[in-house]
Amino acid sequence: MYNFNYHQAKSVDEAAKLVSGAEEGKLMAGGMTLIPTLKQRLAKPSDVIDLGKIADLKGIKKDGNNIVIGAMTRHFDVANSDVVKSAIPGLAGLAAHIGDPAVRNRGTIGGSIANNDPAADYPSSVLALNATIITNKRKIAADDFFKGLFETALEPGEVITAVSYPIPDKSHYMKFPNPASRYAIVGVYVAKTGNNVRVAVTGAGPVVFRQKDMEAALSKNFSPDAIKDIKQKDSGLNSDIHASAEYRAHLVNVMARRAVQGCG
Amino acid sequence: MPSVTITVNGKPETREVENRTLLVQFLREHLGLTGTHVGCDTSQCGACVVHIDGYSAKSCTMLATQVNGANVTTIEGLAKGDQLHPMQEAFRENHGLQCGFCTPGMVMSSIDLLRVNPKPNERQIREWLEGNICRCTGYHNIVKAIAACAEKQAKA
Repeated sequence: MYNFNYHQAKSVDEAAKLVSGAEEGKLMAGGMTLIPTLKQRLAKPSDVIDLGKIADLKGIKKDGNNIVIGAMTRHFDVANSDVVKSAIPGLAGLAAHIGDPAVRNRGTIGGSIANNDPAADYPSSVLALNATIITNKRKIAADDFFKGLFETALEPGEVITAVSYPIPDKSHYMKFPNPASRYAIVGVYVAKTGNNVRVAVTGAGPVVFRQKDMEAALSKNFSPDAIKDIKQKDSGLNSDIHASAEYRAHLVNVMARRAVQGCG
Repeated sequence: MPSVTITVNGKPETREVENRTLLVQFLREHLGLTGTHVGCDTSQCGACVVHIDGYSAKSCTMLATQVNGANVTTIEGLAKGDQLHPMQEAFRENHGLQCGFCTPGMVMSSIDLLRVNPKPNERQIREWLEGNICRCTGYHNIVKAIAACAEKQAKA
């Protein structure tokens, strides 16, 4: 690992100033991706700004019909939150299967979303539940947030402070995990609110995306059978040592049907 | 160089470290506590698991500066003199180890499991150990040891 300047920010404002003022600043949430990246010398920030000590970024609350989760809330806390478990059990279930217990004790929702790893779990929940990303500057709709491979709508100096999830009628996440890393080879989050159904797919492509053919079919008939003949196209999907694009395309349909079934 | 103070096994330890110093390096190289192991060094194998303020974490994927001021417990901090921690005793009684390399991380993870779930079933134990890899594949007795420890604690 190359060395760097280290700062422990006491507030979001201070973190934003530090990251903007640095030659090449990098915000650190739980560090579960950033530290391995630094160890492999894949990144060389001049300054690392640790968000770990900013207390107002942590916590979960119900605000009207929304569940608002602070950016530095750990996966363990989302998985075990009574508020999340009763309002959006699918989201608690997603958090309970990220990485492994020790990783869930450090990794955070804000870090996962800001990093936008193509195989991360959380981005699918943001997109399927039509969540709003709240930053120190503005509110960003889920459909406008995930731009591409590790790319988001965040501007330099912009810090995620919370994610606000509208409570759906029902939702469920199903993933086919890589057996070593637990990252999603394919993960599908299905959410139903009234007649509106959203289906978000992670792991399969360079960035999380909505499967709109399945959404249309499920809006008319919310059952696994309604989508069994809808084939995900494999063009543009990821192909690597873990799974070919064709296999991932196949898994999108299987995981989507299981997610619908899981909605109960 | 910045200075950090970390309370390790109940004793405050102040050292000058580089910002890039990992917690596991701090423990092994600065304090000489070599019970915490480095296996994969990529946060997958769990040989480096320690407790930070009571919860389990992988010390190969944390900076020493991140835990400045925190309480860290390592495998060396579990026994009281000659008296093993109940989880260590359960691993010994059930032969929950073969080569022993993964054992410190297994024991630290298992103690955290019983903290959040005092009566886990076999499946819950195996799922919890997802982040701890035993290259000897000696999982069977590890799972037995954890179940035995849980049962003993429930009776106590």
